[in-house]
Amino acid sequence: MTLDISQTTVDQVGIEERAASLAKRSIKKETKINGIKLAMSMIDLTTLEGKDSAGKVEAMCQKAIHPLDPSTELRVNGHVPSVAAVCVYPNMVAVAKKALAGTHVKVASVATGFPSGLTPLPIKIEETKRVVDMGADEVDMVIDRGAFLSGEFKKVANEIAKVKEACGLAHLKVILETGELETYDNVRKASWLAMQAGADFIKTSTGKAAVSATPGVTLVMLEAIRDFWYKTGKRIGMKPAGGIRTSKQAMHYLVLVKETLGDAWLSPDWFRFGASTLTNDLLMQLVKESTGRYQSLDYFTVD
Amino acid sequence: MQKRSEILKTYKLFINGQFPRSESGHYFQLLSPKTKKPIANVARGSRKDLRDAVGAARKALPGWSSKTAYNRGQILYRMAEVLEGRKEELIAEMVKMTGATPKKAEQEVTSCIDRLVWYAGWSDKYQQIFGTVNPVAAPYFNFTLPEPVGVVGIIVSDELPLVPLVSKLAPAILAGNTVVMLASEKYPLSAITFAEMIATSDVPAGVVNILTGIKKELIAHLAKHMDVNSVNYTGSDPEILKMLQEEGAANVKRIIAHDYPKGDEWLNNERAQSPYWIHSFVEMKTTWHPIGI
Repeated sequence: MTLDISQTTVDQVGIEERAASLAKRSIKKETKINGIKLAMSMIDLTTLEGKDSAGKVEAMCQKAIHPLDPSTELRVNGHVPSVAAVCVYPNMVAVAKKALAGTHVKVASVATGFPSGLTPLPIKIEETKRVVDMGADEVDMVIDRGAFLSGEFKKVANEIAKVKEACGLAHLKVILETGELETYDNVRKASWLAMQAGADFIKTSTGKAAVSATPGVTLVMLEAIRDFWYKTGKRIGMKPAGGIRTSKQAMHYLVLVKETLGDAWLSPDWFRFGASTLTNDLLMQLVKESTGRYQSLDYFTVD
Repeated sequence: MQKRSEILKTYKLFINGQFPRSESGHYFQLLSPKTKKPIANVARGSRKDLRDAVGAARKALPGWSSKTAYNRGQILYRMAEVLEGRKEELIAEMVKMTGATPKKAEQEVTSCIDRLVWYAGWSDKYQQIFGTVNPVAAPYFNFTLPEPVGVVGIIVSDELPLVPLVSKLAPAILAGNTVVMLASEKYPLSAITFAEMIATSDVPAGVVNILTGIKKELIAHLAKHMDVNSVNYTGSDPEILKMLQEEGAANVKRIIAHDYPKGDEWLNNERAQSPYWIHSFVEMKTTWHPIGI
C-alpha cells in the first residue's frame, strides 16, 4: 500500500467558526420532528462499561428495537424508528445478537484492545475474527494513538488494513480518538490514513477520553471524507461519538453533514451517532412536539 | 455642567444561580406610582426561560434534598443574615416601587428576615411533628415520614412586594424541594434584589429560580411541564385554578391553592407562618418494616 499522508493543514479558527455558525440554524416543528426521527435511526446505542451484564444488554436491545413504548408511540403521531445498531463489548455480542434476531438493528462490537489499542497485532486480529464469528455486523476498532503520535504512520495503517482483512464482510469503523490527537492537522491526517487503509467508517472517539466528539473535529473529518471521495470516488461513513446528549446537538451534527457532504450522507448507512443518553432526549423532544408539554426523565426508561 | 441622568437598572431573571436576560429579549418598564416615570427595566420571562428554570431546579434537586436538615436550616439562617445586612437597600427600593412609607417598608423587610429565622428553626423538627409510628395489626414496624415533593412551581401573590415570596420560599426549600417562582407582576424589583442576596448566601445554584414577567403567559407552561411535581398558587382566579387542575393532571401534579392571606395579613405571624405551610410542600411516605422474624 502506498500511503499518502501529505495532507493540507487545517485552519483552526476557520473550522471552528464554520462549525459554530452552522449551529445557529433554527430547526422547528415538522422539520424538527423529521430531524429527530432521522437522528434516532442513526444511533449506535452504546453501552461500554465494565459493569455491563447480559441483562443490561438485553434491555438495551429492546430499547433499540422499540425506542418508545407502543402506548406512548400512539400519542406522538406516528412511528418512532428503531436505532441503527447497538454497540457493545465483545463478550456481549452473542447476547445482543440473540436479542436482536429478526430485526434490522445491527450489532457492533468494539475490538482491538478497546479503548487504548495497546495490544499486540495478532491479538487484535484474533479479537476481530472472534467478534465477527460471534455475529457482529460491524467492528469498531481503535487506532494505536501512541504509534500515530510518534510518526509511525505505516504501522497504524498496516494494523487497520490487517483488521479490515479480519473483518471479512463486517463493516469496519476506525476510532481515531481525536481527543488524544492534539491538533486538527493530526485529525485530518489520521482520517486520511484510516480511509486509505480500508476503513468503512471513521469515528471520533471511544467515549473514554476527557474530550470526545466536538463539532469542530467532526467538521474536519467530514471534509476529509469529502476530499477523499473527490479524489478516489470512494464513499466513507462518519460516526461522531461521545458527548452528544441533546436533540439540539444532534440537529447541529446533521446540519454539518448536510452542508459538507449533502443529502447522500444523511442516512444510517453513512452517518451514525455513538450515543446512549441522546435517545431519551430525542424521545422527550418528540413527545413534547406532539403534546406541547415539556417532558421529564421520570417518565422514560433508565438505561 | 450637564445634568446627570440616572441609569435605569435592568432587573434580570434568576436561573441556576445566574442572572440571564430573558431568552426572548423582551422586557417591560416599571413606572413609579408617584411620578409615573420609569424606575426600572424588568425582564419579561418566556416559556423557554421557564423551561430552563425547571431544568435547573431538577438538576439541583438530588443535591439539595440529600443535604441534612440541619444544613438546610443553616442556609436559611444564612439568608436571613445576608438580608439583615442589606435591608436598607431593600427598604429604599420598596419605597420607590410602591410609594409606601419607609416605616411600612421596614416592617415588611424585618418580617421577612424573622420569618426566615423562624423556618430555619423548623428544619429538623417538622419531621417529628408530621411523621408518625403507626400501630398496625401485624409484625411490622410501620412509620410515616415527610419527603420533599420535588420541583415545585410557586405562583407568588401580588399583595405585597416581598413577604409573600419569602413566606412561600422558606418552607418550600426547607423541606428539601427546589423551586421555580413566578414573582409578583406588580412588584418584581424586590424579588430580584432578594435573588441577588440569595446568590450570595450559600444556597446552591438552581435551588431557587425566580422569573419575572407576565404571570398569565407562564402559568400554563408551568402547569403543563411534566418535570414540575407540584404547583402552589395563592389567589382565587377561577380560570387559573381550572387550568392548574386540568393541565396538572397529566403527571398528577400536586396542586395547592388558597386565596389567603390578604394584604397586611402577610405580615401577621398568626396568619402567614405555620409548620403546616411546610406540610404543603412534602409528600408522606409510609414504610412497612418486618420485625420479629
